[in-house]
Amino acid sequence: MDFPEDLHYTQEHEWLRVEGNDGVVGITDFAQDALGDVVFVELPPVGATFAPGQAFGVVESNKTVSDLFAPVAGRVTAVNHVLRDEPELVNSDPYGAGWMIRLALTDREQVNRLLYADAYRTFVAQQRT
Amino acid sequence: MLLDEPLIFERGATGRIGWAVAEPPGGGQDGPALPPDLRRDDDLAGLPEVSELEVVRHFVRLSQWNYSAATTLYPLGSCTMKYNPVVNEALARLPGFATLHPLVPDRLAQGALELIAGLEAALAALSGLDAVCLQPAAGAQGELLGMLLVRAHHVARGDPRRRVLIPSSAHGTNPASAALCGYQVAEVAVDARGLLPAAAVAAAMDESVAALMVTNPNTLGLFEEEIEAAAAAVHARGGLVYMDGANFNALMGVARPGDMGVDVMQFNLHKTFSTPHGGGGPGAGPVAVRAPLAPYLPVPRLVRSDAGLAWSDDAPQSVGRMRSFYGNFGVLVRAFAYIARLGAVGLADVTRLAVLNANYVRARLQGAYHLPYDTPSLHECVFSDRHLQDSGVSTLDVAKRLLDYGFYAPTIYFPLVVKGALMIEPTETETKETLDAFVNALLAIADEARTDPALLRNAPHRARLARLDETRAARRPILRWQPR
Repeated sequence: MDFPEDLHYTQEHEWLRVEGNDGVVGITDFAQDALGDVVFVELPPVGATFAPGQAFGVVESNKTVSDLFAPVAGRVTAVNHVLRDEPELVNSDPYGAGWMIRLALTDREQVNRLLYADAYRTFVAQQRT
Repeated sequence: MLLDEPLIFERGATGRIGWAVAEPPGGGQDGPALPPDLRRDDDLAGLPEVSELEVVRHFVRLSQWNYSAATTLYPLGSCTMKYNPVVNEALARLPGFATLHPLVPDRLAQGALELIAGLEAALAALSGLDAVCLQPAAGAQGELLGMLLVRAHHVARGDPRRRVLIPSSAHGTNPASAALCGYQVAEVAVDARGLLPAAAVAAAMDESVAALMVTNPNTLGLFEEEIEAAAAAVHARGGLVYMDGANFNALMGVARPGDMGVDVMQFNLHKTFSTPHGGGGPGAGPVAVRAPLAPYLPVPRLVRSDAGLAWSDDAPQSVGRMRSFYGNFGVLVRAFAYIARLGAVGLADVTRLAVLNANYVRARLQGAYHLPYDTPSLHECVFSDRHLQDSGVSTLDVAKRLLDYGFYAPTIYFPLVVKGALMIEPTETETKETLDAFVNALLAIADEARTDPALLRNAPHRARLARLDETRAARRPILRWQPR
C-alpha cells in the first residue's frame, strides 16, 4: 500500500497535495482498496466553497457509497471531469490521474493540521486490527 | 431452465396469433362490434406475434429463474424475507375485498373499514402508541411521513428545528428521509458494543435537534439497551424520538417502542407482517404516533360514530395526504389476516422463534466467520470476512458460492459499520433442518476458502449465469435493448 511522503492525509482517507496556493485532493490507496471497484464519482462545480470536513462529493463503488470530505477550506478551481467517464482511474492511479478537485486554499495554516504519511500509515494499520 | 430465454418480442413470426377472435355477427367490415373511433389504423407493428404456448412457456421459464422464499431460504439481513402464508393470499382475493372500489360510499364498505380500524388498533397495541395511519405505501414513505409529523410538531410550537441525530447503525434510508424533510443529518457513532450510547446522544443534543432517528434493534441486529436514557436526553431538550420499525420482527408482541420513549415509528408490513416483499410489489409502511402528534396525521382519518365508520377530512393541522385513497388495501388485508390468525401470543412466539433461529445460526458460525460485535443479538447476526482475508477471499465470493449450494445469499457489505459485512436473518419460518443445511454450506465454504480459494473467487459454478461483471455494468451500462 502506497502513501507518498509529499502528501498530507486525513482520517477520512483523503489526501492533499499543496501546489503553491492550491491544494489538489483525492482519496488514498487504502480508501480505493477498501471501496473496491469505483463506478461513479460525483464532484462539485467549479467555484463551490467548502469548510474543513465538509462533504464535497460522493464516491460510489460496487459495495458502498461514501461522502468525500474537504481536508481543508477552499474554493474549487478545477474538477477532474475525466472521472465521469473513467472512474476506474481512482483505483488504478489514486494519487495521479485519479485526483478529484483542485482547491484555492483559504488558509495555508490548516494544512498543518493534516497527517503526514507516517502518521497516516500508523492510523491505517490501527484500522485493520 | 438452463436455456437462454429471448425477450417476448424476439419471439414469434409475422401473422402468428394466439387466439382467433370470432367475427361479429353480420360480417367483419360493417359489423357493429367496435365503433370506428376506437379502431386502430396501424397494423400493430412491433408488437409480439406469438402463440399461446409460446407466451406460457416464456413466462413460466422466467419465473423458474426467480429466487424467492418459496424456493429457498432467503436470509437477507435487514429485509425480513419471511414466508407469506398462502391463506393471506386467499383472503385478500375474496371478492368483497378484491373488487371493492375505493370510491364506494362508506356505508357500503363497512367491512373493509372495520378491517382498517382493526389493523390500526392492532398496530397501536403492538407499538404502545396511540394513533396509526395506514396510508404510506412503503417503509421509506412511512419514514418520510414520520419526519413530516416531527416537523409539523415543532413548527406548530413556533420552534422549527434544523438537525436530526442518526446513529451510524441506522437504516440507510433514515438520513435520506430526514434530508428530504429539509433537516441536516448529524451522525452519532456506535460504541465498541455496537450500541448507541445514551451519553453520546445527550452530548450531541441541543435545541436545534428536531429528533433522534433510531433503528431498534439496529442494523447489527442488536437491541439498543440505552434507548430509554437516550430518549430521555432527547425529550429533555424538546426533541422527539423516531424509531425505524423495519426490524420489528425482533420486538413484535414482546416489547413496545412506546414503552422505550419512542414518539413515532413506522412498520414495514411487507417485512414483519408477512405481506409480499420485493420485486417492486406494493408495500405498506404504516406510522404510529403518540397522541400529541395525532392531529398532524394524513387525511382522511377513520372516525367511528353511531352510524358506523366513515372517512373524515376534518383535520386542520394534518400534513395532508401521503397517497391516493387509503394505502395499499390488499396488503393491509394480508397483514390483518396474519395478525388475527396468530393473536398476541402467536405474534410473540414468532418474535421468539425469529430470535432463536438467528442466534442458532450465529452460534454455529461463530469461529468459522468473524463476529465483529459479540453483544447478544436478536433477529439477525452480522459476520465479516476478516477470517478469510488471508486466503484472498471476500464476502462477495462467499455470497456467490452460496448460490452453488442452493441458497440465496445474505445481505452483504451492509451495515456499513462492519467492513465486509455478511448479514444473516433467517426469520422464524425456517426449520432446524434448513438452518443446519444453510450453516453447513457456509462452514463448507469457509473450508473451501482455505483449500481452494479460486473455487470461491470464480463462483457461482452451478447458477444459470456465471459471475456477472458488476463493475462493467455500473461503469458502462447499456440501458437500451440491442438486437442480437
